Amino acid sequence: MHKSRGEMLKENFGAIKWTLKKFFGYYPRLAPLAMICILFSAIVAAIPSVFIQKILEVIEKWVESGDWAAAKAELLPYIFLLIGLYVVSICSLTLETQLMAVMTQGFLDKMRREMFNGMQDLPIRYFDTHQHGDIMSFYTNDIDTMRQLVSNSLPSLVRSVAIVLAVFFIMLWYSLWMTLVLLLGVAAMFFVTKTVGGGSAKYFMRQQKSVGAMEGFAQEMMSGQKVVKVFCHEEQSIEDFDKVNGELFEVSYKANAFASTLGPIISNIGNILYVGLALVGGVLILTKAPSVSLSGMVFDITVLVPFLNMSRQFTGNVNQLSQQINSIVMAGAGAQRVLSLVNEAPEVDDGYVTLVNAKVLPDGSVTETAEHTGHWAWRHPHTADGSVTYTPLRGDVRMVDVDFAYVEDKPVLHDISVYAEPGQKVAFVGATGAGKTTITNLINRFYDIADGKIRYDGININKIKKADLRRSLGIVLQETNLFTGTVMENIRYGNLDASDEDCIRAAKLAGADDFITRLPQGYETQLQNNGANLSQGQRQLLAIARAAVADPPVMILDEATSSIDTRTEAIVQKGMDKLMEGRTVFVIAHRLSTVMNSDVIMVLDHGRIIERGSHEKLIAEKGTYYQLYTGAFELE
Amino acid sequence: MIKTFVKCIREYRTPTLLTLFFIILEVFLEVLIPTRTADLVNSIKAGDPMGGVVKMGLILVGMALLSLCCGGGAGFMGAKASAGFAKNVRGDVFRRIQSFSFENIDKYSTASLVTRLTTDITNVQMAFMMTIRAAVRAPLMFTFSIVMAWRMGGSLAATFLVIVPVLLIGLIVIARKAMPAFHSVFRRYDRMNESVEENVRGMRVVKGFARENYEKEKFAAASESIARDFTKAERIVALNNPLMTLCMNFNMVFVLLVGAKLIVTNKGTTIDVGQISAMLTYGMQILMSLMMISMIYVMMTISWESMKRISEVLNEEPSLRNPENPVTEVSDGSIDFEGVSFKYSAQAEKNALDQIDLHIPSGATVGILGGTGSSKTTLIQLIPRLYDVTEGSVKVGGVDVRDYDIETLRSAVSVVLQKNQLFSGTVRENLRWGNPEATEEEIREACRLAQADEFVMAHEDGYDRHIEQGGSNVSGGQKQRLCIARALLKKPKILILDDSTSAVDTRTDALIRKGFRDYIPETTKIIIAQRVASVEDADLILVMENGRIVDRGTHEELMQSSEIYREIYQQQTKGGEEDA
Repeated sequence: MHKSRGEMLKENFGAIKWTLKKFFGYYPRLAPLAMICILFSAIVAAIPSVFIQKILEVIEKWVESGDWAAAKAELLPYIFLLIGLYVVSICSLTLETQLMAVMTQGFLDKMRREMFNGMQDLPIRYFDTHQHGDIMSFYTNDIDTMRQLVSNSLPSLVRSVAIVLAVFFIMLWYSLWMTLVLLLGVAAMFFVTKTVGGGSAKYFMRQQKSVGAMEGFAQEMMSGQKVVKVFCHEEQSIEDFDKVNGELFEVSYKANAFASTLGPIISNIGNILYVGLALVGGVLILTKAPSVSLSGMVFDITVLVPFLNMSRQFTGNVNQLSQQINSIVMAGAGAQRVLSLVNEAPEVDDGYVTLVNAKVLPDGSVTETAEHTGHWAWRHPHTADGSVTYTPLRGDVRMVDVDFAYVEDKPVLHDISVYAEPGQKVAFVGATGAGKTTITNLINRFYDIADGKIRYDGININKIKKADLRRSLGIVLQETNLFTGTVMENIRYGNLDASDEDCIRAAKLAGADDFITRLPQGYETQLQNNGANLSQGQRQLLAIARAAVADPPVMILDEATSSIDTRTEAIVQKGMDKLMEGRTVFVIAHRLSTVMNSDVIMVLDHGRIIERGSHEKLIAEKGTYYQLYTGAFELE
Repeated sequence: MIKTFVKCIREYRTPTLLTLFFIILEVFLEVLIPTRTADLVNSIKAGDPMGGVVKMGLILVGMALLSLCCGGGAGFMGAKASAGFAKNVRGDVFRRIQSFSFENIDKYSTASLVTRLTTDITNVQMAFMMTIRAAVRAPLMFTFSIVMAWRMGGSLAATFLVIVPVLLIGLIVIARKAMPAFHSVFRRYDRMNESVEENVRGMRVVKGFARENYEKEKFAAASESIARDFTKAERIVALNNPLMTLCMNFNMVFVLLVGAKLIVTNKGTTIDVGQISAMLTYGMQILMSLMMISMIYVMMTISWESMKRISEVLNEEPSLRNPENPVTEVSDGSIDFEGVSFKYSAQAEKNALDQIDLHIPSGATVGILGGTGSSKTTLIQLIPRLYDVTEGSVKVGGVDVRDYDIETLRSAVSVVLQKNQLFSGTVRENLRWGNPEATEEEIREACRLAQADEFVMAHEDGYDRHIEQGGSNVSGGQKQRLCIARALLKKPKILILDDSTSAVDTRTDALIRKGFRDYIPETTKIIIAQRVASVEDADLILVMENGRIVDRGTHEELMQSSEIYREIYQQQTKGGEEDA
């Protein structure tokens, strides 16, 4: 379970590369420019040591005589050069940091949209098989690790490596022996980073897990708080909480302990190294040992001082590098997850039959028109002869011998045949898991059937463009989802072209107008948090209004009135009846009073239709429906 | 507010103080080390005999080792103190929530409480760690370095007169400008994430209405505008780095030029090369500490919101308290409502319950019917004192519920809530909520009464079967029956079922009620139901509407006198009778 950092890095290296490629792909000119700026300012940052050496040389030369004028004349060119370099480097630094600020946010924006757009096109199956919390963390945690990578790790990696290399060469320029001593210290730092840093990465991973456990526990207890109160279970739940809390403390403390001791250890190794270098340098100077260097310079005090400063710079940057490793490992894991989302195969749509505005010609045939006529037709191009035929939209749905399985070899529907003529009301009843909702999932192609055929107005639904197919079907689900926005906006979600009057008319039809007008701001009331300020029943009424404004010829009502009490249901029943008038309606309900007046009722059991017929017929048969009806069976 | 949090340090006071101690020592050493190294460099330069150099070197190594220990110790202790502090805050918040009454609970959403227990506390933990480590370190380092630089560099230290104000003012201006921008954009960022969650949750609606492109456009607009504002804020903050570098560069040039002049003109008597390198180090330390101070400022403002949210919970007073000298014995299961009115908040215009007078004798079975919003639930929640009445009084066993010890009262009055819940754990563990000491036989007995024993035993693990979070692996009807069994295990004097058999089939429902009649006849039973069939045989049926009991009586009486009751009855039985 607990992989080492190295393994994790290797595993996710592809994802890191992918992230960087994306970044440079989005900014093909600006990103390299920023990198050049970083390199430039890094090298400039390494150079002052050379100047210090030069200036100290001058000081040494004139300190005996105390002739400042002469010294000044020699010094000033160096100083001016240094100032010049500084000015240029600050300009490049400013440019770089501004560029990075712009690019980081732009990059995140583009990544977010790519993720979101890709996600919209994923099949429902994806959302049914992934936890929402997991999907959410793409947009919060994972993308944040990518931000870290691009805005922090990448520049500081480039900068640190550049400085380390530059300083390393300058050191070699001055003295080989001293450089070797320094390398010894660096080796020690690497060792410490590996052991201490490895521990911290391990505990950080565990901390993530503990935080997850804490979140799960808190979620469960907070939502069940009233049950806790009723059973006076407070003491016990505090005890349980303390256990989870204690575990989180242990790992959080260790993770942070490892992480925050690393810095001081590395920087003090730097200090010791500094002293060591000073001592070795002193020995070299005092013993006048032969100097080995690229420059062939004699090793004296004017070299030692800048050399010591460089060692500070060197160790400082090694420290920087070691601090980045954790976030790079994290970024790798995050990017890997984002990559898996982006690479997820989108919902396939090979449909070519589309829904168009239709006009009936004097001769009775139907043709396409640009303006809104209130009539619709399926536009069916035939590739064989290039002709186009138009079929009026009527709402005739037929399922023939349909088989279906969510998971291969575990069929949930067998030989389902249902004929729904325009204007008919078809009801499905049966126990939980009998396959009622699955049937509706197939009609709108949330899932594709394994075998058999489904035809809509005589056209195989596989040939219909999904968006158009779904536009011709209105669904109201048991679990109502509303969106942040006004009540009006939520109703209009069903038909973006609907006027305010259309929306209000739909609300009246659904029996929602009454409570909406009693809300503080009526139709302009802001809904938040999935309409938390409304009752479950009110939310269902809104969902019905939303489907009504879309005015589709076929409606699917999946437990659409389950949260409305029977008295209220009786009141909205008239509206519902009016809403269903002239439409093909599929109803799923566990309250039999809701399905009683259907044209045909299908009783499902373990994925098969075991009884079918009108209410009267099924009651007369005294079969399963009769037993359900008289309450002998449990439905949920 | 700070005081609220300081109280949470408790047993981690020692690690906290040790952290501070180590940090002070570390800073002290860090400031001394450059001076000593300057001495070392100078003695090398002066060609001191090797012995002196080595001695000085060893002192320095010793100091570095000590500083390493201090730094490590501070890191270690700081981590312990902050993790412990977070643990205490979390514990306090959780304990406080446990002491909440229903009224307090209603104020907060589940999600907001979870956020407080997780994200908010993590933020505060980071801020605490930052504070005890950097908030002491930075000013101390700053002061020490200035003092040392002054003592050592003399007029060279004049450089700080320039760079410190420049950097300080610069940092303040940047932070001042950037923080409000960050605040507003953070909030919008949260909202954007909420809307993503909404989208994921409502994916069936999105796809059902073929609104994918609409959603994409909506998201693109939100994401883009956030990126734009974020960029603005980050570009301001990005000026920090060049500003810092500018000051460092100035320090370098100044020290080199003026230092050179001082050395040369004084022929190396007042100041020397070693001191120049020390001055460069001090300059760095001073600038770093200023940078750190600005970081603390940013960190604190970010965690301020979290702190506010947490202390809101910590300072929330539980609205129900145990009385002094409470009654610890409930004599029987009789219930009296005397002129009871109730509203959920003082601001509410309408009473949720209005002038309720009601007497229920011990052992009676009472059914309550009524539409949503008729305050059925409100009525029964007053009996175990989940809320306090606004007017009048509720008596159980002849004693006002406010005079009872709360635990005594709630053990005697068992409620199966409408929005009920099982918890992750085994079936047995869940049932033991009702009575931790329940024997195996008692558990099975309760389950038999609730018609749950059969299906529990049908599973291979029986009472050891694992229940998933929220009870998602049992059906609605099974869950309700387990909840009833759990409530029965309390052996209550009063049992209240708030629409607790809605998913149970009518036959089982009838069996449960028969069991109540036969096995717990002394217990007062109150049943809220949607189905007339569930209350038909009760001794007393109440019909509620708009917070009032509009009709009361037995089934037969109500069929005669109550229009609403007849209407509900006919609505639910029509068709059935036609065919019967």
